[in-house]
Amino acid sequence: MNAIIKRLIRAEAAVDPSRRGLLIGAVVSGGALLVGCSPTPQMLAGPLSFGADKPEPSAFGAFIRIGSDGWVTVLNKHQEMGQGNHAGLAAIVCEELDADWDKVKVEFAPANAKLYANTLLGLQLTGGSTAINNSWDQLRLAGAAARSMLVQAAAKRWNVAVSDLTAKNGVVAHAPSGRTAGYGDLVADAGQIPPPQAPTLKNPKDFTLVGTDRVRRKDSRAKSTGTAQYTQDVHLPDMLTAVVAHPKKFGATVASFDDSQTRKVAGVVDVVKLPTGVAVIAQSTYAAKMGREALVVKWNEDKAEKRSSDQILADYKVIAAGKGDPKVKLQMFQTAGDATNAFNGDLFETTYDFPFLAHAAMEAMNCVAQVKGLHTKLTYGSQGQTLDQINVATTVATMPGMVEIETLPAGGSFGRRSTLKSEYVVECARIAKHVGGGRPVKLVWTREDDMTGGVYRPLVHHALAVKLGADGYPAAWRHRIVTQSIMAGSPLGGGFDTSTAEGVQGSPYLAATPVVDAAAYSPVFPVPIGWWRSVGATHTAFVMEHTIDQLAHKAGKDPIDYRRAMYAKAKADKHLAVLDLALEKAGNAPLPAGWARGVAVHECFGTTVAQVAEVTIKDGVPRVGRVVSAVHCGIAVAPDQIAAQMEGGVCYGLSAALYGAITLKDGEVQETNFDRYRVLRMNEAPTVETYIVPSGDHPTGIGEPGTPLIAPAVANALLVLTGKPTTSLPFVKA
Amino acid sequence: MSITLTINGQTQTVQADPDTPLLWVLRDELKMTGTKYGCGIAQCGACTVHLDGTAVRSCQTPIGVVGAGKITTIEGLGGTHPLQTAWVKHDVPQCGYCQSGQIMSAAALLATKPHPTDDDIDAAMTGNICRCGTYQRIRAAIKTAAGAAA
Repeated sequence: MNAIIKRLIRAEAAVDPSRRGLLIGAVVSGGALLVGCSPTPQMLAGPLSFGADKPEPSAFGAFIRIGSDGWVTVLNKHQEMGQGNHAGLAAIVCEELDADWDKVKVEFAPANAKLYANTLLGLQLTGGSTAINNSWDQLRLAGAAARSMLVQAAAKRWNVAVSDLTAKNGVVAHAPSGRTAGYGDLVADAGQIPPPQAPTLKNPKDFTLVGTDRVRRKDSRAKSTGTAQYTQDVHLPDMLTAVVAHPKKFGATVASFDDSQTRKVAGVVDVVKLPTGVAVIAQSTYAAKMGREALVVKWNEDKAEKRSSDQILADYKVIAAGKGDPKVKLQMFQTAGDATNAFNGDLFETTYDFPFLAHAAMEAMNCVAQVKGLHTKLTYGSQGQTLDQINVATTVATMPGMVEIETLPAGGSFGRRSTLKSEYVVECARIAKHVGGGRPVKLVWTREDDMTGGVYRPLVHHALAVKLGADGYPAAWRHRIVTQSIMAGSPLGGGFDTSTAEGVQGSPYLAATPVVDAAAYSPVFPVPIGWWRSVGATHTAFVMEHTIDQLAHKAGKDPIDYRRAMYAKAKADKHLAVLDLALEKAGNAPLPAGWARGVAVHECFGTTVAQVAEVTIKDGVPRVGRVVSAVHCGIAVAPDQIAAQMEGGVCYGLSAALYGAITLKDGEVQETNFDRYRVLRMNEAPTVETYIVPSGDHPTGIGEPGTPLIAPAVANALLVLTGKPTTSLPFVKA
Repeated sequence: MSITLTINGQTQTVQADPDTPLLWVLRDELKMTGTKYGCGIAQCGACTVHLDGTAVRSCQTPIGVVGAGKITTIEGLGGTHPLQTAWVKHDVPQCGYCQSGQIMSAAALLATKPHPTDDDIDAAMTGNICRCGTYQRIRAAIKTAAGAAA
């Protein structure tokens, strides 16, 4: 993902030439794109920028509105899908603005890559655990500039020096005269002050909100009363609801269909063939579902994937062993030293297998679209507004800037809603275009559609051979990875997709090993795959952390000491810091019989985490009691949300580690709902404690780094309990 | 056909087939969207409502069998239920999509066991999936609400 971020930065230049015209055609005019009208020569002649559907919101820039009632609205350019970024982003603004935290609210920004691009990605996109990271400077400056304007307005009104004024909790005060004015009272005057070009930022030691437990979620009440509005809850006048019959095999297409019985179902309005299947359009969700049940579709499976997961894995093993098609060339991603003769003699050799995984967010995929002429309005939990605009514009034959997006909170995502091809969004736009006239259409993917429709964490195979030196530490490390590439076949693809290897590539253990011979191969076939919370780390953290424990055992050394020695050699200071903090907090009190501790440490998205898990085996199933998590994420903006992400990340990772597997049989997904795709429940949930390494560094991400460590921590505890290593996930086989 | 339901103390008459799940009548006909669609097969609990005080999965409850039973949805808790106050205090929700169902399951639990043990909480709440993994805070919030209700 880190590499994907870098590649996305180049997205505008890298975009498919066939789409470039669309990009160039969508142009801002005075900061605001004209929507719902024909493109003008001025629009077509502008820069390579797109997406403004509203003018800049206020005199305080694109991120801050202040009302005459004193309420401050922070515009969130990101998706809030549970990760709590809205709280942290609002707190950054509030801190520098010296606003009253109790009078700060958050709204989603419109789709506008010019104003709201992720500064690390170059696109408006929420991913790579970057929300706080990429917004830190941007929102501090925005808050500080607005504060300066408000204080200058008060100085002008009272004819006093700015230096005699203070601002606190949304009030400007002049101590010598005792005069005060609320921000709401000053806002009209402040809007006339030119924004300062280089506003003065606070010294972080003077922060009173950022880094404290006062930073609380702003949406807890709405989400605890059923009043929060998700895409699934959208009801617009005259709205239709659609479900789509998709093929059971990926890559199959519609050969023919019989909708005679479907059209007799009460409430069914229309049936239409799409590139992805057959849509049933109805007055209600239930009518659409019943209509689809009555539909008969014949599929053309000539180009479909027909292998089972077992066969795909067997094929991967052949490739990794270098025994397959000689035309298959593995791509080296990290090398060091001279591998010739480095792997002679006694080797530690192992393989690891990981299945496809569904994200299984609680709110299945959905979207509301209205298409009228060149103008498309989308209302949904968008996670990647800019790519969605481009992909939908291509579908409905308009320009990305003509695709207006009203972003709603998403009922979970874990990476699912950010896709390179925007497939369900495009599907909804196609149906809405067919319906036409701007009539709203809500596309509902049922749970079964969601679970069987991709996009999955890819199936992965690792093969390792490690030669230990006389000191017991790795002298030579050979590593092979075979897995599909997320980026391949997309407009951003080409070159080595480092998300297949991140976490092996760049590992401190490889940095401390003199000879490294690491390569990967990504076959191409039609099973759709994507970013799944922590991406490459979902498998690489397991492989590296479980391997290290096994190597330590082989060398007769303590796994903790073994790590410390390698981190010291690799100068991995953050790894050492989180390991020490986690161990200190976990303590070394004896555990009851049948329990063991497992440790894992990993860096992803710039954040380094160590976790210590207390594990036992109950009825043949690993059971995790307590997890101690230590985090180095730079300045901790919203400590309670960091804790929440550790708690949630551990549960999400543990759920997949224990049970998660999407299994293909003759190309068809066998797990269609939560009855067969088992997930972690209340009675299995561990208690997670979170500790943060104090730091003044630039903040880094927290949404993903809590996920990948629990699996290897459990595997390392099981190694102590059973003496057996884990060579495939999930722990519990179906 | 015309079916009359009692929801949150009010009678509502809808035109629907008696086989129609209560979930879709609530959401699509009555526009009461606090009750969520999660799985449709009573595996996730996002659609939990009370039928005569008992937690049921509305996705598997045909309106034809509801009869004169009294239905309570998340909207019927009124926003000031001790559980809702505790949910806010602990910042339980992440994405929030499952929380209506979690709170309705917890409310049915507290109605019969005002001071639930951890085992009681496991038994009552294990039918409700949270993919964000807020279980730890759900447990804490139930205990807070139980304390407040004492």
